[in-house]
Amino acid sequence: MANKILVFVEQVEGKIKKSSLEVVSKAVSLAEAHGYSTEAVTCGKEVDASVIAEYGIASICCYVNNNLVHYSGSAYRDILLAHLDGGEFRFLFAANTSQGRDLLPRLAARTNSGMLTDCTTLEIDEQGLTGTRPIFAGKAFEKAKVVSPLQFATLRPNVFEALKKPVTPELTIKNVDTINEAEKVLEVKGSDGKIDVAEANIIVSGGRGMKGPEHFTLLEELASHLGGAVGASRAVVDAGWRPHSEQVGQTGKTVSPSLYIACGISGAIQHLAGMSSSRYIVAINKDKDAPIFSVAHYGIVGDVFEILPALNEEIKKIKS
Amino acid sequence: MNIAVCVNHVPDTAAKVKVSEDHSGIDTAGAAWILNPYDEFAIEEALKIKEKTGGTVYVLSFGPAENNETIRKALGMGADEGIRIKPGTAADSLNVARALAAQITALDCKLVFTGKQSVDYDNGIVGQLLAELLGYNCVSVAVALQIDGTSVVAEREIEGGREVIQTTLPAVITAQKGLNEPRYASLKGIMAAKKKVIQEVEAVTMDPVVVTQSFESPAPKTAGKILGTDVQAVPELIKAIHEEMKLV
Repeated sequence: MANKILVFVEQVEGKIKKSSLEVVSKAVSLAEAHGYSTEAVTCGKEVDASVIAEYGIASICCYVNNNLVHYSGSAYRDILLAHLDGGEFRFLFAANTSQGRDLLPRLAARTNSGMLTDCTTLEIDEQGLTGTRPIFAGKAFEKAKVVSPLQFATLRPNVFEALKKPVTPELTIKNVDTINEAEKVLEVKGSDGKIDVAEANIIVSGGRGMKGPEHFTLLEELASHLGGAVGASRAVVDAGWRPHSEQVGQTGKTVSPSLYIACGISGAIQHLAGMSSSRYIVAINKDKDAPIFSVAHYGIVGDVFEILPALNEEIKKIKS
Repeated sequence: MNIAVCVNHVPDTAAKVKVSEDHSGIDTAGAAWILNPYDEFAIEEALKIKEKTGGTVYVLSFGPAENNETIRKALGMGADEGIRIKPGTAADSLNVARALAAQITALDCKLVFTGKQSVDYDNGIVGQLLAELLGYNCVSVAVALQIDGTSVVAEREIEGGREVIQTTLPAVITAQKGLNEPRYASLKGIMAAKKKVIQEVEAVTMDPVVVTQSFESPAPKTAGKILGTDVQAVPELIKAIHEEMKLV
């Protein structure tokens, strides 16, 4: 009888990711409401997985091998396929991250399962999963239902809350002798602990009004005071001021942080689509008629080059 | 080598998107339609490899007759053959991948490109599904690629960095912005593309595994509060961040 929810939990350098803990919490609340049990699975070289139990899943399985230090689509797929075998699982959830979005469709194809990607709501009824997912980068939402026996979903980071609900961990460590290295990560570049815009809780974003790449230091300073990430509009990415990995909008990332501070961004429709589901939006722009003010909770009409230094000063004061 | 590029025809990213009154569909009346932006990088990469090693580039698109416009755009850029797969009754991601996989197998393409996601339904999973159905290796969200014989080294964008991945052909690569600079179609290419016959085939589909139920518009936004002009407004903003949002 398939009565279990499995959560794929990601680790980076042995540490469990916050976006995975959000998924753990959502799985625990769905399991309680609908009479399912829960299990978490993770892969790595050395993983401190007991933190998962602080969020309510006791049964934790860690697959361990020195070469699992980085993600490998082929290796992770084979391990998870073997883990799913046996028919005890009804659902598999993961965070909608570079790993979750790469791994789950592979498993879905192999098991002929349906999956919902990037869910912002997720429910269970008699037939299974129903979820809401932003489409057209947030210009609309699709409500969809999975109808296969085994059902998958990836959950958008920062939407579901990670809630502490401590239970006693029951850890199972499984040493994997050989892994499938058909796809092998040789190295990871530039993971200098920087928070990615797609996962950041606070984003300080800049547009053409920043007037040049050199002025983004103002945004980097504010982001670092706030513990957030720097984002960018498409215009400044296309101009080569910032990398595409920071682009927010329909051809970049769709984000839902707690706070989005838009600096010198007028608010093109494809940018607004990508950030308007943020909990709080603050806009700083010279043009009082800029479309960004129509989605902002708070706005300041003025020069970013006067306002940002003042903001940085004030925040520094509060923090010290 | 035969190379397949899977492309989609989507509303322009500058287009407004409206949910139909009965919530059963998306009203795209008046929107301009374009080649999915990420697919441009997929086409460019295929053309670059063809120029180096020879071969045939097949453009595949799953969708209605309107998709022929997008197939022609790819042909204008330099792709050799266009194939449109007519959707069957079910068009969830797995069925799209299944239909594409059947064609790719028939064409014996050992290298497959597609955009990392389509900017309409934003699933971003067809490439990975396709790889598994074909039994190929896969690199999703690729921002750099080098192919030497059957050996593949690619860079894949991840949170805050890039993974350098080593794998082999056959493979499916999903393209991210930054992989290359897509070319414009030349006038000569556009003229030649007009004359090409786009082959049309029926999709072989199975029962869907995901079913759309309805569509919703985002909650209407009410414009917030202008705190003031210039630096005088800063203390009030700090207060809002500190006390209302509780973020500092």
